[in-house]
Amino acid sequence: MSNLNIPVYLDYSATTPVDERVAKAMTDCLTLQGNFGNPASRSHVFGWKAEDAVVEARKNVADLIGANPKEIVWTSGATESDNLAIKGAAHFYSSKGKHIITVKTEHKAVLDTCRQLEREGFEVTYLDPEDNGLVDINKLAAAIRDDTTVVSVMHVNNEIGVIQDIAAIGALTRSKGIIFHVDAAQSPGKVAIDVNAMNVDLMSLCAHKVYGPKGIGALYVRRKPRVRIEAQIHGGGHERGMRSGTLATHQIVGMGESFRIAHEEMDVENARVEALRDRLYNGLKDMEEVYVNGDLEQRIPGNLNISFNFVEGESLMMSLKDIAVSSGSACTSDSLEPSYVLRALGRNDELAHSSLRFTLGRFTTPEEVDFTIAEVRKAVEKLRDLSPLWDMFKDGVDLDSVQWAAH
Amino acid sequence: MAYSDKVIDHYENPRNVGKMDADDQNVGTGMVGAPACGDVMRLQIKVDDNGVIEDAKFKTYGCGSAIASSSLVTEMVKGKTLDEAAAIKNMEIVEELALPPVKIHCSVLAEDAIAAAIADLREKRGETAPAKAESAA
Ligand SMILES: Cc1ncc(COP(=O)(O)O)c(C=O)c1O
Repeated sequence: MSNLNIPVYLDYSATTPVDERVAKAMTDCLTLQGNFGNPASRSHVFGWKAEDAVVEARKNVADLIGANPKEIVWTSGATESDNLAIKGAAHFYSSKGKHIITVKTEHKAVLDTCRQLEREGFEVTYLDPEDNGLVDINKLAAAIRDDTTVVSVMHVNNEIGVIQDIAAIGALTRSKGIIFHVDAAQSPGKVAIDVNAMNVDLMSLCAHKVYGPKGIGALYVRRKPRVRIEAQIHGGGHERGMRSGTLATHQIVGMGESFRIAHEEMDVENARVEALRDRLYNGLKDMEEVYVNGDLEQRIPGNLNISFNFVEGESLMMSLKDIAVSSGSACTSDSLEPSYVLRALGRNDELAHSSLRFTLGRFTTPEEVDFTIAEVRKAVEKLRDLSPLWDMFKDGVDLDSVQWAAH
Repeated sequence: MAYSDKVIDHYENPRNVGKMDADDQNVGTGMVGAPACGDVMRLQIKVDDNGVIEDAKFKTYGCGSAIASSSLVTEMVKGKTLDEAAAIKNMEIVEELALPPVKIHCSVLAEDAIAAAIADLREKRGETAPAKAESAA
């Protein structure tokens, strides 16, 4: 394999390729010769063998977050885990109160779940993060009311890669007796997780950001002190009644194996990926008018979210056809609104439109980073030559003083 | 999103990129859009003594379809009188570039840019826009 694979994949926060070792473990769980049984079959060896595999996977997932395997509930992914956690806890504890606190930069799986609860009569406070993307614990504390039952704050942000101080929030919510849910879809293998040290009550996880398969995730549900949730999917009573449905052995085994590898190789991998991310940033930062979005220190190693002022993100991606990245530009969505995450940081709309998210990972090479630097520089230069805003900037015009014709 | 070949062609080889002297009496400048909305087009036209557009230049901040729309427009207006140029409709741009529905606003912006450039030129020359073609007929 060459060290430069074109197109270069730098969108690891969208999803990751499945690690070969994971794929191998999964394919062993499908055919007649393999471990295909239903883990719930108690009466024969096919079921027992499948259950053994699920037990091992459960342990691997639990180990990575410092939990007991009995606290892991399999789901179809982080979206389902977020729904189950927030709706499940809000409903279960609704006799205590109907107020929920979350943050404006959360994933849609959390925000839309909260919107649904609002339609059902719950009240939700959406906190503004600071300009660096981090939550001010004092503002969170100030938002807590007597009827607050659930606080939901993500661990690692999917767009800007910043890491919230989960332990500080957990200490606060525990002292107030509030259920604390954490969307940790982006963190396994990137930041250490310890649900006990962090006082987390519910944690959403998924496999496909960790070199595991899509369509499988888990929800950590604390047992001591016991956290209760209302099931959202009813049926055969699997997963102690919290999530019914026949367990997908191959998916679960894939998630378990991906978490085992992530846990084991985390330190080495993060050092390598961070060096590559810094190489990328160093190759771009001397350009004029580039801005990093989100805190650079409290950030996972593989994320660089950067705005190239006076260049629009979608056209930039069009120039970078050999590089797979994503943008906060409105044009990449159907909504005509730029990234709500960048706007919540107080970034003006122009800079949100001009942003690119590079996310590096296990298979990124130095050659790919160098290729990307060269391509990005070339594309930005070309588009600035085409940009009337760049002209005006160079002529010393203050763009904020211009009366733009709104449309 | 997949782009049409024509959008890609205009994007990769934009026609008539540049800037003309905005103070020239024969140059009309139209700037439309807003940075906060993700697109700004600057279209400039230059007329000869007979009032025919002899040159056009653009610069655009925006997505690929916005760049392609303005590049196309510079080609369309050349050789036209101001009245003929003013009659260009955004749907002609949509058809020529095969723009998808979410990109129609780019063509609208390009039509607005032509109108703004013509208005600027007419104002400079102390002309008022002639009555609409319908009422003249
Ligand atoms: C922070 C965060 N939460 C939730 C999700 C949704 O995860 P899934 O695709 O497993 O449903 C994602 C990924 O898209 C994410 O990044």
